[in-house]
Amino acid sequence: MNNDVILNIPIQWYIYLTVILFSIGVLGVLFRRNAIIIFMCVELMLNAVNLLMVAFSRYLGDSGGQVFVFFIMVVAAAEVSVGLAILMMIYRNTKSIDIDDLNKLKW
Amino acid sequence: MPITQYIFFFLTFVAIFSAILVVIDKNPVHSVLYLIVTFFALAGHYLLLNAQFLAAVHIIVYAGAIMVLFLYVIMMLNLNKEIEPHKKNIPKFAAVIAAGVFMLCLIALLTNAQKGMLPAAQNENIGLVENLGKVLFREYMLPFEVSSILFLAAMVGAVFLSKKEIN
Repeated sequence: MNNDVILNIPIQWYIYLTVILFSIGVLGVLFRRNAIIIFMCVELMLNAVNLLMVAFSRYLGDSGGQVFVFFIMVVAAAEVSVGLAILMMIYRNTKSIDIDDLNKLKW
Repeated sequence: MPITQYIFFFLTFVAIFSAILVVIDKNPVHSVLYLIVTFFALAGHYLLLNAQFLAAVHIIVYAGAIMVLFLYVIMMLNLNKEIEPHKKNIPKFAAVIAAGVFMLCLIALLTNAQKGMLPAAQNENIGLVENLGKVLFREYMLPFEVSSILFLAAMVGAVFLSKKEIN
């Protein structure tokens, strides 16, 4: 299946797939009130972008895109560890991770 | 219809369906499990695109490390019951409409992206470990080393943030 993908699947299909996945992530961030679910939806958005970058790098024959995806994964791993530590600390202080309780910085 | 298209549609269906379930499901543990299913479907897409190194790294890092971290935190915070109180419906309608409009805008923007792309006459081996390793350690050596410093900082930060206050 080496060149089958490029010959049989237009790049538009990958664009539509990743746009839908990204929008589901946006919907989750806007829809849910649980901070952990919101975090997971951010991961979903990152992965949609990763898939689009891999698809473009494959269709253009340039391996730079895949290296960038690798770096995005690195940064996402670091971000998740720090973010979950922050969530733990918030839970310890407020006994809740509902984002409606975290309105001290709201004007 | 060639078999690659069948595989593409199957993986796409699995990815989108379980992504919707991540958002909809009330139980956070179920959301994590559906997100793992989504990640496996995306790894299948990477394999379909012949990016084998990234497929392996994706499964190891996301399904193996990040989602386990999420599960640990959910279990430590004891969130496996539904604790979200019932909220008003207007913000939810607003969220759905905003996300839908956003999706339509992105599709309208990107639907002509194929223009200006080269015809497919490419090296199919760019996603293999050998090729990516050469690119990574020749052209992207400095970012690779800097990312190790980022990891060290994240590690120290996570430990520092989550330790208990002494006094």
